Amino acid sequence: MYSFNYERPSGINDAAGAVGEDDKFLAGGQSYLPTLKLRLAQVDKLVDLGGISDLKGISVSGGEISIGAMTTHGTVATSSDVRSSIPALADMAAHIGDAQVRNRGTIGGSIANNDPAADYPSALVALNATVHTNKRSITADDFFVDLFETALEDGELITKVTFPVPQKAAYAKFPNPASRFALVGVFVAQTTSGARVAVTGAGPCVFRQSDMEAALSGNFSGAAVKGIQTVADKLNADIHASADYRAHLISVMAARAVDAAS
Amino acid sequence: MTSVSMTVNGKSVNADVEPNTLLVQFIRENLRLTGTHVGCDTSQCGACTVHVNGDSVKSCTMLAVQADGSDVTTIEGLASGDDLHPMQTAFRENHGLQCGFCTPGMIMSAVDLVKRNPNPTEETIRKELEGNICRCTGYHNIVKSVKDASEKMGG
Ligand SMILES: Cc1cc2nc3c(=O)[nH]c(=O)nc-3n(C[C@H](O)[C@H](O)[C@H](O)COP(=O)(O)OP(=O)(O)OC[C@H]3O[C@@H](n4cnc5c(N)ncnc54)[C@H](O)[C@@H]3O)c2cc1C
Ligand code: FES
Ligand code: FES
Repeated sequence: MYSFNYERPSGINDAAGAVGEDDKFLAGGQSYLPTLKLRLAQVDKLVDLGGISDLKGISVSGGEISIGAMTTHGTVATSSDVRSSIPALADMAAHIGDAQVRNRGTIGGSIANNDPAADYPSALVALNATVHTNKRSITADDFFVDLFETALEDGELITKVTFPVPQKAAYAKFPNPASRFALVGVFVAQTTSGARVAVTGAGPCVFRQSDMEAALSGNFSGAAVKGIQTVADKLNADIHASADYRAHLISVMAARAVDAAS
Repeated sequence: MTSVSMTVNGKSVNADVEPNTLLVQFIRENLRLTGTHVGCDTSQCGACTVHVNGDSVKSCTMLAVQADGSDVTTIEGLASGDDLHPMQTAFRENHGLQCGFCTPGMIMSAVDLVKRNPNPTEETIRKELEGNICRCTGYHNIVKSVKDASEKMGG
């Protein structure tokens, strides 16, 4: 790692004030520290969010669940509040990486990073979540912009994510067996405003499969989506899987998720 | 330099470190506790697993300054005097290791696993150990060791 300065403020405003143009926030460090170790990035100062208790914790009220940005995947996976209101979200968190990664990695870090194979982006988009920052609220549909790109401005700090509780939902992931990132992951949700289907791992950024959403709005069953193809043109192809294979997996995973939804 | 203080295996330690010092470097090079291994240095293998405030973490993927104020336990801190921790005994009795390189990390992960799942099934043990890689044993006896220890630890 190149050298850098370090600060651990205890309040949200202090953190936002401490981060300059060439600085970065540090959450669980499970994506950014490996990046720094490989010298793929260089930073003047890391502003560690680990000392800000206002960014941690889970609460439920008015048909909505709110998860602080610094809440770890392990905490979401084992939270009785998440398990009882959106079990699909707890299940998804329980399958991110491995136990040690889940003990450090956070929801805020995962979505700010917007890795094309990360799990959380699909949950936020399918559940029609809202990302809250120190400046504004952004709907998940607007938040995830492109490969490793989000709507966040420089120095903008995610404080929490709120999820409206759906009627039912499920996530089905075909994990890369080595990293457990999603080769393809499909999060489906039945909401009061219709069915939502979000796909991660397959393209450069999470996206909604609108043909499947239309089919599910009339008939929420795995059979309704099994035969629906996704155009492979813009999908990822790498040593792990071809674009055609990923396109095929989207239909398979979507059908599995719909059949498992609860 | 930034000053850090933490408790490691029950003893309080203070030091001045560069912010880019990894927790594993601090443990091995400053504290000379070399039981914590570095296998991959890329967050994959789990050989560097220690407990921070009771939770298993990869110490190659955490800065020493992030552990400021924390309670850290390494493999050296598990036994009480000459009495091995039940997990260590179980690995010895069930041939849970061959070369032993992965073993400190395996044992630290396994202790955390049993804390969270007091009576784990074989499937749970295999899933929970996904973050630890062993090049020798084929995992079978590691799983057996964890199962045995969980029973002796009163699960
Ligand atoms: C071995 C391994 C396996 C993994 N497997 C998976 C997997 O299966 N699925 C998956 O989804 N992920 C996986 N991950 C990634 C993991 O989930 C990371 O924890 C996550 O992507 C980043 O979260 P973090 O808290 O560690 O963030 P960090 O690494 O600390 O930060 C990541 C980025 O987000 C920014 N950031 C962090 N918090 C905020 C905030 N509150 N506001 C604004 N910006 C912020 C940082 O500046 C940085 O740019 C894996 C990681 C490892 C090491
Ligand atoms: S050395 Fe830390 S995970 Fe391999
Ligand atoms: S015993 Fe040799 S790596 Fe596990």
